[in-house]
This record gives sequence, structure tokens and C-alpha cells, in this order.
Amino acid sequence: MAATTLEPASVDGDTFLDSNELVLNMGPQHPSTHGVLRVILKLDGETVLGTDCVIGYLHRGVEKIAEDRTYQQFAPYVDRMDYVAAVSNGLGYCMAVEKLLDVEIPERAQCVRVILTELNRVASHLLWLGTHALDIGAITPVFLCFREREEVLKIFEKYCGARLTTHAFRIGGLQYETYDTFEKDCVAFCDLMEEKVKEYHDLLTGNRIWVKRTTGVGILTAEDCKAYGVTGPLLRAAGVAWDLRKAQPYCGYEKYDFEIPTREGADTFDRYIVRMREMEQSCRIIRQAVDALPSGPIKGKVAKVIKPPPGEAYVSIEAPKGELGYYVVSDGSLKPYRVRVRPPSFVNLAALDKMCRGSLVADVVAIIGTIDIVLGEVDR
Amino acid sequence: MANLIKTFLLTDLLKGLWTTFKNQKPSKVVTEQYPLTRPPVAERYRGAPRLNNHPETSETLCISCNLCALACPEQLIVVTSERNKVTKRKDLTNFTYDLSRCMFCGLCEDACPVDALELTQDFELATYTREGQIWDRQMLEEGPLPQQYTH
Repeated sequence: MAATTLEPASVDGDTFLDSNELVLNMGPQHPSTHGVLRVILKLDGETVLGTDCVIGYLHRGVEKIAEDRTYQQFAPYVDRMDYVAAVSNGLGYCMAVEKLLDVEIPERAQCVRVILTELNRVASHLLWLGTHALDIGAITPVFLCFREREEVLKIFEKYCGARLTTHAFRIGGLQYETYDTFEKDCVAFCDLMEEKVKEYHDLLTGNRIWVKRTTGVGILTAEDCKAYGVTGPLLRAAGVAWDLRKAQPYCGYEKYDFEIPTREGADTFDRYIVRMREMEQSCRIIRQAVDALPSGPIKGKVAKVIKPPPGEAYVSIEAPKGELGYYVVSDGSLKPYRVRVRPPSFVNLAALDKMCRGSLVADVVAIIGTIDIVLGEVDR
Repeated sequence: MANLIKTFLLTDLLKGLWTTFKNQKPSKVVTEQYPLTRPPVAERYRGAPRLNNHPETSETLCISCNLCALACPEQLIVVTSERNKVTKRKDLTNFTYDLSRCMFCGLCEDACPVDALELTQDFELATYTREGQIWDRQMLEEGPLPQQYTH
């Protein structure tokens, strides 16, 4: 092979192509790669023979930044990984440091944390639904979803002063007390959501184009999910009722009554149904948490200068996109020795190749959408 | 048979179109005409920083304790002060705040023991130069002047 100045795009390390095969570069500016994902597709006509992901366009070295910040100072940075579900990220990090410090979190703080993370789960799924439907060609859902997501963002803004990268939680509990109409706003949002989910079903679930574009596309069986370490709605759509909120309850999730929605088909349509039902379940949790909101302190006994004893802690939570893990190592100083993040998007993205092989080019867009990736989290 | 009739009558598509149509009622329009109407932001909104003065004496509340600068993850606050020989206290001479690096996390505001530094509800922070993003004491005390846009 002649030497080329540019490294040739390859799939499976194979740069040789048959006469009717084609290598196509998708991204990083492609609008339906949800950010800056580059996928190299090896095609035979319309059929995908293999894919290769190029990531790292949004790499900011968040894990390295952690080593040069104190424990409190790093908390705003985790919001910038999965910026669609910043509250979940903050919860995971705070819980990991709290485990290192071995502090008790007051009941009220835990309850507010549950409410905010569940609101964020709904917001994340709404954004996913809107953009995923937009990718496939339905333009109306994105407007309706963003309208409802705005209500969640308004609650965040009133609670902590920021809409997207919230920095809502602090190590040891909460910084802000809830505002006056917090409970009322949350319940009003749940009422609104239950009505609007029906609207989304009217728009999409029966729609023949939507059904044809999603059914049987991007199948990832339960065995494959386990082999790749895929978690979240992808795993639940394959029939495995695995949710960390039930499997290893944290933050008092054992007190709330909710179901884990599962489906058997393991395709894009089933993941859509699972996420829609998860939004309803989140609303159910929010209602229970608002009803049970106790009074009391919002911050545990944490010193102003956080200096955990030497050791390590791993905490994983159920983020909207799957299992989100934080591994924090302390050497007894003011700054963490190492912070390692197990992001759900990065792990789930690894299964893209498995899901794409044998499908059509147009379905790759649907499959990327159904994984629900956020590149800020993939590249970190 | 019923399914076949449904398929030919396009009920699924008409249902979706009806949902779309229902949502264009003028009372349901949520678009805001920015900048003609500016959205009211929440009371706790974390926007442009402000250095508060005492409402009566209009002397700065800042005691130059440097806690905000230590709390800041990006280390973008520089507090300079000099020792007052009479009162033996630190007097603030200058306070710079680099807004271009700020991520509005609110840690400086939380750290301030006297409520001198505060993140306000101003959110229009664009400037024509990079240097304009670095706010000095005077700018922090006055705050950004609200602009009237004409077109």
C-alpha cells in the first residue's frame, strides 16, 4: 500500500476495501451525533459493515482538574460532564466524598436531593425524546419537550440560581433551603407531565413512520448488554429489571414506591417506551417525596475545610443514562489524590458497533439517538 | 380488518397532526420576544457579580479577608488591600474579578462572611474586548448598566 500523508480511515484495522465498499465519515459536525462524535462507517451500498468511533473532541481533562482542586471546588466541574443531567452528577460526586468522610446526611437534604434528581431525570429524558425524534424526522416533539423541560429548569433556577449546570448540592447536604413554593411547583410539574406524556404518545407511539423507523432497529440483547457493561434504559429495554435505585438503594430510595419499567424487544422502540414510562415513574417518586418532605437541618456535620482520612470510596448511582460511578481516592490532604468517573454514556457508546452492524445508514442516526449519549460525559 | 381500515383512514397520522394543531393556539405560545421583553430571572439567580456598599455610609462592606479568592475554583479573584495604621484593619484598595473564566458556581458568594460579594440577576455580560471581561472594583460596585436595544 502506498504511503499516504493522511492516516486512512479504517474499520477493524482494515483499510482495504472491496470495489463496492465505501468508507464514510460521519461527524464530528454532523447534527445528529449529539455533539462532537465522529463515526467512521464502512458501507456496502446502504448496509453498514462496521463502525469505528473517534472520541475526544470535547476532552477537558476533568479527572486531572480534580487533582488540583479542593473537594468543594471540584463539585461545579462534575456538572459539566453530563450537562443534561448535572444534578445527578453532583449527587454522585457528593455521595462519594460523603462516603469518604463518613457523614450522616439529614433526612430533609436527602428528600430534596431525590426530588431534584428525579426532576433532572425527567428533563434529561425530555431532551432525549425531543432530539431523538428530531433526528428521525419528527419535528414537533422537540418544541413540546423543550417547553416542558423549561418548567424543570425554572424550578432549578428558583431553587439554586442556575438552570443547567446547577451546582445544587454541596458535600454534606445542601447549600440552599427550598424556596416558598417549591413543593407546589414540583406537584404542578408532575400534573403537567402526566398530561403531556399522553400528548407525546399521541404524536409518536401510534405514528406509523415512527414505528417503522424504530421497531427492530439497533437490537442489543440482554447478553450483549451484560457483555458490554451497558446499563440504564438500554438494559431495561432488553428485559433486565436492573436499576440501582432498587438494587442498592441510596439517598432513601427504598422508602419510595415505584416500578422499574422493562420491555422485551431490546430495540429502539422499546427503549423509547421504557424512557416514557420512566418519566411517569419519576413523577410518582417526586409526588411521594414532596408529601414526605420532613423539616429539619439541610446540612450534615461537615467542617468548612474538607480533609477526608486517607482511603478510597466508590459510589454508583442511577443517572438518567445508566450507572454513573465516582471513585475518589484521598491521601489525607485537601485535594483528592484521584477521581475516576464511570460515565454511562461512554460505556453505552461502546455497544454502538454491535448495534449498527447489518443495519442501514439511516438507522445509524436512530441508533446513536437511542443510546442517549452526551459527549461532555464521553470525553470528560 | 379494523386495523386495515385504520391504516387507510390515516388515524395515527391525523391524531399527531391534531396534537400539533392544538398547540398553536395563541394562548399557548410560549416564545419570548427577547430583547423587547426580558425574562424575569429568579431571586437566587447567579449572574454578574457585585461588590456591595453599605446602604447609608456607601463605604464598601468588603473586609479584604480573601476568602472568596481562596474559595474560587478558577482562582479568578484578586483582592488587594493595605493595612490602615489608625484602625489596624485592612482597607480594600482594588478587587478584580475575571468574568471570562467565571462559571457562576456561587462558591465565592457562599464564602463571603459579610455579604459583600454577591451574584446578581444581571445576565447580559457580553463585551467587545477580552479585557472588558475583567472587572475592577469600580465596575463591580456599579454593576453593568442596563442597555436599551434599538433596531
